[in-house]
Amino acid sequence: MNAHQQPTGSAYFLDTSKKTVETHTLAVVADNEPGVLARIIGLFAGRGYNIDSLTVSETIHDKHVSRFTIVTTGTPSVLTQIRHQLERMVPVHSVADLTVQGNSIARELAMVKVAGGGEKRMEALRLADAFRARVIDASTDSFIFEITGKPDKVDQFISLMVPIGLVEVSRTGVAGISRGPEGMKV
Amino acid sequence: MVTGELMSGAEIVLKALADHGVEHVFGYPGGAVLPIYDEIFQQDKVKHVLVRHEQGATHAAEGYARSTGKCGVVLVTSGPGATNAVTGLTDALLDSIPMVCLTGQVPTHLIGNDAFQECDTVGITRPCTKHNWLVKDVNDLARILHEAFYVATHGRPGPVVVDIPKDVQFAKGKYVGPKNIEHKTYRPQVKPNQDAIRAAVELISKAKRPLLYTGGGVINSGVIASKLLREFVKMTNIPITSTLMGLGAYPASGKNWLGMLGMHGTYEANMAMHDCDVMINVGARFDDRITGRLDAFSPGSKKIHIDIDPSSINKTVQVDIPVVGDVAHALEDIIRVWKAKSHELDKKALAAWWKEIDVWRAKDSLKYRANKDVIMPQYAIQRLYELTRDKEVYITTEVGQHQMWAAQFFKFEDPHHWMTSGGLGTMGYGLPAAVGVQMAHPKALVVDIAGDASVQMTMQEMSTAVQYRLPIKIFILNNQYMGMVRQWQQLLHGNRLSESYSESLPDFVKLAEAFGCVGLRAEKPAELDDRIREMIKTPHPVLFDCRVASLANCFPMIPSGKAHNEMLLGEDVSDEEVGTAIDAKGKELV
Ligand SMILES: Cc1ncc(C[n+]2csc(CCOP(=O)(O)OP(=O)(O)O)c2C)c(N)n1
Ligand SMILES: [Mg+2]
Repeated sequence: MNAHQQPTGSAYFLDTSKKTVETHTLAVVADNEPGVLARIIGLFAGRGYNIDSLTVSETIHDKHVSRFTIVTTGTPSVLTQIRHQLERMVPVHSVADLTVQGNSIARELAMVKVAGGGEKRMEALRLADAFRARVIDASTDSFIFEITGKPDKVDQFISLMVPIGLVEVSRTGVAGISRGPEGMKV
Repeated sequence: MVTGELMSGAEIVLKALADHGVEHVFGYPGGAVLPIYDEIFQQDKVKHVLVRHEQGATHAAEGYARSTGKCGVVLVTSGPGATNAVTGLTDALLDSIPMVCLTGQVPTHLIGNDAFQECDTVGITRPCTKHNWLVKDVNDLARILHEAFYVATHGRPGPVVVDIPKDVQFAKGKYVGPKNIEHKTYRPQVKPNQDAIRAAVELISKAKRPLLYTGGGVINSGVIASKLLREFVKMTNIPITSTLMGLGAYPASGKNWLGMLGMHGTYEANMAMHDCDVMINVGARFDDRITGRLDAFSPGSKKIHIDIDPSSINKTVQVDIPVVGDVAHALEDIIRVWKAKSHELDKKALAAWWKEIDVWRAKDSLKYRANKDVIMPQYAIQRLYELTRDKEVYITTEVGQHQMWAAQFFKFEDPHHWMTSGGLGTMGYGLPAAVGVQMAHPKALVVDIAGDASVQMTMQEMSTAVQYRLPIKIFILNNQYMGMVRQWQQLLHGNRLSESYSESLPDFVKLAEAFGCVGLRAEKPAELDDRIREMIKTPHPVLFDCRVASLANCFPMIPSGKAHNEMLLGEDVSDEEVGTAIDAKGKELV
């Protein structure tokens, strides 16, 4: 018996095959009760799912109903799991995968602070104009722009501001909604 | 009590429990639940069972729930009371056991202040409950309690926590009855989609090598589900296997029974899983102890999956026909459609399939080397079964080899008679679970098949058994090892038996006597039957120290990284093979 020479092992099966991941936007309608955000975040943390962006606000005040938009990344089967896991939570009313449904709109708002003088100031204003960003604060050597749009448009605007003198950015994260007359089940 | 009359929060709690037909609450008092205990003292509808550790209360409630189909109820204090309940809550979550756990909390104005015995109970229990609530207003209390029972028992059952601050227990508020109370929005799907049913029936009717793989969902769905399952098996002659959690749904004496499947399942059950062409999963969840190596899991089969929880579908194994709904409803629909279409399986193909299965059966994968001088653990279970089979017997277990031997060698004929910690694998589950079972079935014979190590985790509940005159039998397969750990160390870690020897074991007979129980011991096969008979006859709690072979291994076994058709069988494994059973790929696994 030379079992002692055997290296160690395990009793779990590990799947090492690589699968491609996708990024999806989910909309979640849930009761706005204490702990509901912790519950949703805890689900993602506890099961090892990714959160790229999460926004939430109460959308129907008299019913205390909130709507979450969650941008997440995973393999198709993980993304389906995420939807099912969200759906089975007691305070959750409905979940929609806006990416799977297609035909949906995602928007984000950012406030972008840029500092500098001279030609850089003019360049900032020109770019802001091209991106339909509004000036919401100005001092002699700084601007704050407000920009809304698809996340990649916001990304692009921010990256253009870097050489001009980007100071800081505050972004809301993505809010999503499907096109057409139908709404989600509340 | 007239609706609308003012009651204290504590009164509301007792009223709600009574209105939900709760007869037993398993609990332990403390400062933050004293008003509720005061109410308990002043009524006699709800009986309180005082445990010796809050974990014991949760497992007792699980045993109670599992053996009756009712909801288990637990009452504990804030802080350490709540944290001690966490293991049992998690256990109930993984095994889908309905449980309402009431926890006391510090007064609302002290929450967040690190007050004495304060802990963030809803925070701590959020991931280990199906749902939980912190009650901040006494006027929400009745509604929340009703919702709690609704959520715990509807859809996939599970544990819930209602955290009640002490000031809310004192405050006066309105009581509303449980009539028509459901949850605002939570509506699990119970009735399956009929297209899915038709597709499932169609697929089954064309099968040549069909197999039923059943699980705890059949038990949770109620006795009617087991009846329907038996009817369907009889109609179709399909072979059937079950997970650990599903034992008893189909009788072990039934001719279509292949035994349990999975890591320590029978050869025929696992081979049939591997080679079937249509797999009908009824209320099971493709757990990793069942599937083994995923990429080689039943490669040639089309799969039907009946589950009340949509998140169980396609979680680990992709299936062809998902059927979301309650097992009893689904089986009823399947049987109805099957009959309406006068389906019959291809007789010749089925006969050939059974012939194949009979060859696997002939391997007799549970056989072990009998011994005249030492009690083999398998033999002990066989004798326990034979000597108790004429009785109404409920079996609970701890976790380890003894648990697997109990599952393999005890023959379960009915649902709700087998209580074990499957998903979480909690050592210490069986003894308090037996307390709960015996509370619900005072006349029945309740046996905790235990291990020498596990039993020490919750053995203080013997005191509970004595207090309430619950004649539970704790049948310890004493191998003086954490046998299952030792077995894995032998298989996976070069037989380096690191910390798995049960050093300094108590004298279990004296221990029993110290608790006021009866202690019995069997050391030789020749005396086993007499001792077991003595145990059965004894009208008190018994701690039975059954000295068994210390190095026996639990076979058959699917080694890690292997498929169902690569099982290790007990008879033909040499020490060498045990040592090399896990190949290089299996060993890489964390
Ligand atoms: C609370 C807890 N801690 C640790 C484990 C890991 N574990 C699984 S089986 C086992 C040994 C059990 O020993 P024993 O009760 O003597 O049973 P045997 O395997 O010898 O029959 C251990 C430590 C567990 N399942 N539960
Ligand atoms: Mg042991």
